[in-house]
Amino acid sequence: MEKGRKLRILVAKPGLDGHDRGARVIARAFRDAGFEVIYTGCHQTPEQIVSTAIQEDVDLIGLSILSGAHTYSFPRIMELLKENNAEDITVIGGGIFPAEDIPKLKQVGIKELFEPGAKLKYITDWVSNNIKPRTGVAFKK
Amino acid sequence: MNIIEQIVSGDVRATARLLRDIDDEIPTAREILRELYPYTGKAFIIGFTGSPGVGKSALVDQLAINYRKAGKTVGILAVDPTSPFTGGAILGDRIRMQRHFVDPGVFIRSLATRGHFGGLTKSTTDMVNVLDASGKEVIIIETVGVGQDEVEIVNSAHTTIMVTVPGMGDDIQAIKAGIMEIGDIFVVNKADREGSRKTVRELLTLVELGARRRNGDDWEPLIVETEAIAAKGIDKLYETIEKHRNYLLSSTNEKWREILEKRARIQLMGTLKDHALQVLLQRIEAHGAYLDEMIQKIVEKESDPYTVAQEILDKELGWGSSATAGTSE
Repeated sequence: MEKGRKLRILVAKPGLDGHDRGARVIARAFRDAGFEVIYTGCHQTPEQIVSTAIQEDVDLIGLSILSGAHTYSFPRIMELLKENNAEDITVIGGGIFPAEDIPKLKQVGIKELFEPGAKLKYITDWVSNNIKPRTGVAFKK
Repeated sequence: MNIIEQIVSGDVRATARLLRDIDDEIPTAREILRELYPYTGKAFIIGFTGSPGVGKSALVDQLAINYRKAGKTVGILAVDPTSPFTGGAILGDRIRMQRHFVDPGVFIRSLATRGHFGGLTKSTTDMVNVLDASGKEVIIIETVGVGQDEVEIVNSAHTTIMVTVPGMGDDIQAIKAGIMEIGDIFVVNKADREGSRKTVRELLTLVELGARRRNGDDWEPLIVETEAIAAKGIDKLYETIEKHRNYLLSSTNEKWREILEKRARIQLMGTLKDHALQVLLQRIEAHGAYLDEMIQKIVEKESDPYTVAQEILDKELGWGSSATAGTSE
């Protein structure tokens, strides 16, 4: 890995779910693990999330949701990433998901889902082990 | 399309990727910056500085609306501090600018200070150049503004705006002259709060005190009261910025050119320092142990930093001590 590439992570809450404590806690945990966190908080539309992720060139999107709207917003976000040629950005989710939804979400491309009780260290270690910053822009005249 | 063509045509992903490479000091970025340089120089650059919590992000958010209405595309660089302990950062300025997220005419980039001087000044200036080359007509830099570094940043802006809030009265009196001198416009945000009239008066006094140092044709800093969250005073701020821009562009003075020269100097010095240090450190690293030995010598008082530095320069760059400037009789 090139020297000193910092991992950039977007932490956002799609939809109308206003409970942001979990997202704030994970954002802080990511900061304490040495990552740069772009925190856009609550009430994000999938379009806003994808636009932010691309402008900020993040390696990872962490979606926090407890409202049940993941069945719409998560696939929609994956769709938008594809439309914008940004499928190389990994997406993970945290919050409350019915057990039967988890395989469906993974099928649309969500890499991992963290449920209540997941330890912060487990999550940050997972990120360190599974997410790498991409390589530099190639330059050909 | 190669990367240059992509950026010049405004491709968001290509621009974002290059900004990241600059942030992470990837060597190929310098080559690309070189090729992009001819495309820079068109953007109007505004610097916002002021203590944390005064409302800079909210002001930038509101101001961007005015510029969009005027048909201008906007680039925003929002700087937040890196944790000195963990090296990580929470970059939360964007949260105040949500209305612009899906506007293709606005590009927002959050950056962390990464704790070092070079990261704050040089890469921010490089990023401004990239946004400039990508066609953003107005670029707003928002920094934390409590140190000397931030003074450098806003020196590379055309218009510098210092934001404060009421209730910091005594602090204004104590503010060092340097910071006050860089403000082209002073904003008293949260002007609905008690003490805002007093704050405005104190700023006016400081502006008048500075009058003696100004020539006749110099710009006299203006003061604007705003309530960013309530969108009050923003039109006035926008007009005041445009007033300053027109002053800079007017043919009776050389202000615009002075700023270009200042920016060119900062860029050149920054690039020289970074590149030279990088090369030097690479050479030292190739020699492995000896830097640690030197440090031990310094700790044991067998040598000192000045002697060690000279020895390193002599060894790595073949400089004799006769090359030291200004020491000859």
